[in-house]
Amino acid sequence: MVCQTVRSCVLNDQIEDDDLSEVEVMTLPLDAWHRARGGRMVEFAGYFMPVQYEGILAEHLWTRESAGLFDVSHMGQLFVSGEGVEAALEAVLPIDLSTLKLGSVRYSLLLDENGGILDDLMVSRWNEGFYLVVNGATKWDDIGTLREALPDEVTLNHLEDHALLALQGPKAFAALERLVSGEYPLSALTFMKGGRFVLGGADVWISRSGYTGEDGFEISVPNEAAVAVADLICAQPQVKPIGLGARDSLRLEAGLPLYGHDLSPDTDPVSAGLTFGINKRRRIEGGFPGADHVLKVLADGPATLRIGLALEGRQAAREGALVFAGETQVGRVCSGGFSPSLEHPIAMAYVDAAQAANGTALEIDLRGKRLPARVVPMPFVPHNYHR
Amino acid sequence: MTRYFTEDHEWIEVEGDAGTVGITDYAQSQLGDITYVDLPEAGAAVKKGDAPCVVDSVKAASDVYSPVSGTVSESNAALADAPELVNTDAETGGWLFRLTLSDAGELASLMDADGYAEFVKGL
Repeated sequence: MVCQTVRSCVLNDQIEDDDLSEVEVMTLPLDAWHRARGGRMVEFAGYFMPVQYEGILAEHLWTRESAGLFDVSHMGQLFVSGEGVEAALEAVLPIDLSTLKLGSVRYSLLLDENGGILDDLMVSRWNEGFYLVVNGATKWDDIGTLREALPDEVTLNHLEDHALLALQGPKAFAALERLVSGEYPLSALTFMKGGRFVLGGADVWISRSGYTGEDGFEISVPNEAAVAVADLICAQPQVKPIGLGARDSLRLEAGLPLYGHDLSPDTDPVSAGLTFGINKRRRIEGGFPGADHVLKVLADGPATLRIGLALEGRQAAREGALVFAGETQVGRVCSGGFSPSLEHPIAMAYVDAAQAANGTALEIDLRGKRLPARVVPMPFVPHNYHR
Repeated sequence: MTRYFTEDHEWIEVEGDAGTVGITDYAQSQLGDITYVDLPEAGAAVKKGDAPCVVDSVKAASDVYSPVSGTVSESNAALADAPELVNTDAETGGWLFRLTLSDAGELASLMDADGYAEFVKGL
């Protein structure tokens, strides 16, 4: 978020009448729950969502040292099933489902015919089909793309009757373990594994995954049980509710891209550093949207790359700032901000491949002032996954 | 000393032709944690409506407009090491810059404390 003025930033946090008249902002099951806990609600992806409670810095650091509960119910939860579902999904996504075991979760990409990124998503294998979690802002387009691409025998259900919570942080396991029951203990889940549990009397799907770089869980819960489950989790001494503001600074430190900022139809998976999202068999066989282009970039090497930049001082570079090597423009910042954990600004940028090596000294233009920046490996803050 | 406010959530306290500028407590509460303040140099000439100062919060960078025209006489050096003063003491120790007014008549278009309180209530 970049505000031109203090005033516009204040307004950003409110809904202007113009916006309301065009599209009605929707509410999610935990709306009143957030407001009662002092969450400052903003419009995000068409919904009212909490941007912060006590403050982004405090919430960010709390998540890194304890555990934070995030409401991510704006995201799209989809269930795809039916005869031939596996082949049908492989025709749409560059994923190898033959290596995705029951209960496993994998990162994948929805690509257009040119290999541009339409969305990034999580795919889990359930008994009866595949559970997909897609971005909130893109979910309606994704549903359209998928419905058009999938054959009639394959059914796509939008699980709008489910909320999605994320419990993230080094103490997330300790907080959640005592609350769940099921066929096996919560400790049976390692990173990117999921299963069915009972939590607060509700049947839930829990996966050990998230968007902060920390150990943690994502919990799909029926709407009518969302408040009770959120209350139960937040009653644990390790847990505080965390807003979208800290979610953004946490994922930035973790080097995780954000769709609409770091990924778009103008970026391909190789340049975006997401080659792992093109599974090995698919790199050989192709047969996914945009395969010709993506496999060519993979073979030839990308012209630009998404890299991490560490800045000196305290002034942050924001999305859109231009990156220079001497007098030559070599790239553009796609995400940037102050890192609460590192106490200096960090950024992600797309730069010419020749300037992408770790340690390369570059400069970022900020209103005519040049800020020195150095290419550094991502994640900026080490991941703390439970593998 | 008289204090005036703008619709852009700046305040200016004026004594004679000397003014001290900051952002309001309401503004800092909306911006959130301030991590950096880009301050103007002493001697810089500013016009009313110019943005000689940028306040960086975790979530955004925001221009601060000068409520009046004049010449910057001093910036708040304490903010270099403690930008959070803008959060904790927005309307006192977290002031941003001082300037010598070139046209005191420009103050007439600004709000007083009661007017600003009403303005905020209407947001």
